[in-house]
Amino acid sequence: MYLIKRKQDLNENTFKMDILAERLAKSAQPGQFVIVKLHEKGERIPLTIADYDREEGTVSIVVQAVGGSTQRMKSMNEGDYLMDIAGPLGKPSDFVEDFEEIKDKNVLFVAGGVGSAPVYPQVKWLHENGVNADVIIGGRSAELVILKEEMSKVANEVYIATDDGSLGMKGRVTDMINHLVNVEGKKYDLVIAIGPLIMMKFVALQTKELGIPTVVSMNPIMVDGTGMCGACRVTVGGKIMFACVDGPEFDGHLVDFDEAMRRATTYKEKEKLHQFKAEECQCHRG
Amino acid sequence: MILERVKVREQDPKVRSTNFEEVCLGYNEAEAVEEAKRCLGCKSKPCVGKCPVAVDIPEFIKYIKEENFEMAAEELFKHTSLAAVCGRVCPQETQCESKCVLSHKGEAVAIGKLERFVADWHRKNKPASTTQKENTGKKVAVIGSGPAGLSCAGDLAKKGFDVTVFEALHELGGVLTYGIPEFRLPKEIVKHEINNLKSVGVKFEKNVVFGRTINFQSLEEEGFESIFIGSGAGLPKFLGIEGEGLNGVFSANEFLTRANLMRAFKEDYETPMQIGKKVAVVGGGNVAMDAARTALRLGAEVYLIYRRTEKELPARVEEVHHAKEEGVNFVFLTNPASIKGEDGWVKGVECTKMQLGQPDDSGRCRVSTIEGSEHIIEVDSVIMALGTRANPIITALKDDLELNEWNNIKVFNDNGKTSYKNAYAGGDAVTGAATVILAMGAGRKSAQEIASNLA
Repeated sequence: MYLIKRKQDLNENTFKMDILAERLAKSAQPGQFVIVKLHEKGERIPLTIADYDREEGTVSIVVQAVGGSTQRMKSMNEGDYLMDIAGPLGKPSDFVEDFEEIKDKNVLFVAGGVGSAPVYPQVKWLHENGVNADVIIGGRSAELVILKEEMSKVANEVYIATDDGSLGMKGRVTDMINHLVNVEGKKYDLVIAIGPLIMMKFVALQTKELGIPTVVSMNPIMVDGTGMCGACRVTVGGKIMFACVDGPEFDGHLVDFDEAMRRATTYKEKEKLHQFKAEECQCHRG
Repeated sequence: MILERVKVREQDPKVRSTNFEEVCLGYNEAEAVEEAKRCLGCKSKPCVGKCPVAVDIPEFIKYIKEENFEMAAEELFKHTSLAAVCGRVCPQETQCESKCVLSHKGEAVAIGKLERFVADWHRKNKPASTTQKENTGKKVAVIGSGPAGLSCAGDLAKKGFDVTVFEALHELGGVLTYGIPEFRLPKEIVKHEINNLKSVGVKFEKNVVFGRTINFQSLEEEGFESIFIGSGAGLPKFLGIEGEGLNGVFSANEFLTRANLMRAFKEDYETPMQIGKKVAVVGGGNVAMDAARTALRLGAEVYLIYRRTEKELPARVEEVHHAKEEGVNFVFLTNPASIKGEDGWVKGVECTKMQLGQPDDSGRCRVSTIEGSEHIIEVDSVIMALGTRANPIITALKDDLELNEWNNIKVFNDNGKTSYKNAYAGGDAVTGAATVILAMGAGRKSAQEIASNLA
């Protein structure tokens, strides 16, 4: 059992939890994720690592309540326990192992929605190692732009784009990339994009045209997260890869996003049912 | 000499194909004694030589004949710490029972069923032992709580070592828990065997992934003096054919993990399962049988597609027999060429007919495609049961750990010594996918060498 040490709401549907899990906090690296199982009969859900504190022994996760399990998590509080949290899983970001490759480069991070959470530890890690990257945070509206202050402390520049223009530039993250590169004349050697599949797809299409190498972090359906089932398989450059052990980060120009988006709908009907049950359970609690 | 074995009671096929309860009900006391009496108690004991952990078979059977089940159990447990499991899942027909002298004229003594009887009797009638051997204070880490790790941990704890087992998943047991279905191996039995290990002092830590959460160096920092790696061979293979990315295509490991570990077939468990009305299972091993029979129990019509003939099926005879009785349709000499879809979902498997050719060096017949034999088997789900490969989390440790030509962990002696100091490995992590009993045997051998090195 793992203690929820702190819980903080980031917006109406998104919250951050600091979980006491010493082994995990000790070994976590940027780019990795965890698998959480809430209770005896719960499912295993993958969540990216948003931060870690090795001294305190905590690892932070940022969760958007979108389905049954995450809604259940939303109703949990400081002092409650998660039954299981396993990890860190997946490969750390390439630059952790191969710092020489990135240290003189201009890096642009593109974070969509809750994707700010996994982007943050990467920008922070680079900052601590003397590389200050630019970050674009995108969201449908101002309230969906999360971790803006935290990001500003570790990034070179933070640019905001919202669909409705309620914060920063009105438009999508791709409009902001276009603006930075073509209007402001910025040069980037590497783009790291993390967010919804559709966002990563369009960022990758754009950066391919711009000729900028691009890394994306895939978030497919997972069960074990340790490479034994292949639920999370994605096609990358025509080859089957398992996101949980070969990734989650891949060359964005080689990923088959259309297949990934289709595979994400496998359990749509069943998920609706599950969500309905979780909502019911919340009202009964209330 | 009685040539026919005592029939074992089983659930009716029509009934059992709709539930997840154990198919084989096992012998009762009278049946077990009657079957035990068929054993001739040969002095040369050919059966023992074919048991990977060398159980003294005539000796434990002798006690059953005398109706002294407690002594039978004591004798059995000298050699195996997972008797209730092995009695159920070992392929006895190719091991102990294959050399039983009775098998020359009639049916071999039902050694597996007798082993199972003794273990079940003991579980029901005797409380678990709580005597812990005095601790030597020497710490050993065991990676993986599958059959290899459990037997290694058990043996070391009984010798007084301070053993911690690290498991990546949230439940213990490895393939016994996530792979082999309830109808073949009730999970209550696996739990009981693990509780026995806890009672002799083995500690367990779940949700810890070797190679990610911990590694050789961190274990050394924690004071572990020796390490046994029984991490299995988990990574499932795919065929690499067109359409494998369609919705409705699963590896058998995913399908079985959802069913067994996550209990997705139960209403009140949250993990979803999406299995169609008509399901194709590709493969012919025990995993394929388990997947086919599980799909059947979820109400599907099941086609098991295998590229050779019934004779070459690698699965246990008993399981093939059970699968047939329950209504799995076997499609032999057939191989998938691609998977067809509609709106992104599986619609059918395009197959070709195969023919057997001359045997190759290993004695196995080669198979070749019959030209122009393409046809489509209409299904809405496909389960790939093609075997597994070494897990890349383990192979990523290759700076510390030498690998063999199949990318499994390389060992340098019969006891599983690896290239890393004080580290041993055994089971599927070394051999690739094999059997529960071989993994157990490997765990025991490593335990012996670890114990003598640390003594």
